[in-house]
Amino acid sequence: MSEVVREVPKKDRPQFRNIHITQLPNYRLPLAGIVSILHRISGFLMFALLPFVLYLFELSVRSEISFAYFHGIASHWFAKLILLALIWAYMQHFCAGVRHLLMDVHFGLDKDSARTSAASVLAVSLLLTALVGLKLFGVF
Amino acid sequence: MSNNNIGPKRLVVGAHYGLRDWLAQRITAIVMVLYTATLLVSFLTGSNFSYEGWAGLFAQQWFKLFSVVTFFGLFYHAWVGMRDIWMDYVKSVGVRLTLQIATLLWLIACAAWTVQILWSV
Repeated sequence: MSEVVREVPKKDRPQFRNIHITQLPNYRLPLAGIVSILHRISGFLMFALLPFVLYLFELSVRSEISFAYFHGIASHWFAKLILLALIWAYMQHFCAGVRHLLMDVHFGLDKDSARTSAASVLAVSLLLTALVGLKLFGVF
Repeated sequence: MSNNNIGPKRLVVGAHYGLRDWLAQRITAIVMVLYTATLLVSFLTGSNFSYEGWAGLFAQQWFKLFSVVTFFGLFYHAWVGMRDIWMDYVKSVGVRLTLQIATLLWLIACAAWTVQILWSV
């Protein structure tokens, strides 16, 4: 009996691992999945740029002279680009976070509402980014 | 050992830090939502973005305290998130521990910096 068992070739069992970052382009994420990965990316971006944000914040509140200096930095096109990326990251993380909190209390968990709320997060965060960006750059 | 630790009362996990951090991330998130709403309304409704208006907001004691509580919450929140990122993507224990320690020390430094900025207005 044991001889027979031993002769059976070992089956290759499938191994399931996490998606590796190089495999990402092969996956078509649903909207909720896009919001999910953007939550992580935007969070990391804000963590990485924390010193820049604190430095600008310090300039903006310390004195009138440093405020003018802050305005000078914020007027440069490259700084504007980084600031816009940061504002977007904040708004994206903010809206997706509110969606998270609502889902924690079992609100909007079904597939259709989750998809709708994911689309709203993407849209509202872009809208808020535009609004704050325009205000910061003195358009209104 | 007392035997009140059996059956449905059996302790199946250890430190509970997973639940604690999950809860802390949610609570700090709610504080940040309130702070963001306050700041956003005051920023967007201000007639023009000037030093007087902006620094005047941070000069008030209640807003300084609201700010420092929110920022400390933000740093705790960022610690939980960054720890999750390192745990998910960095497989080498030595590198991961180094990154986690660096993150923690850096966030503590940022907390001190924030206090200095807020109380210099």
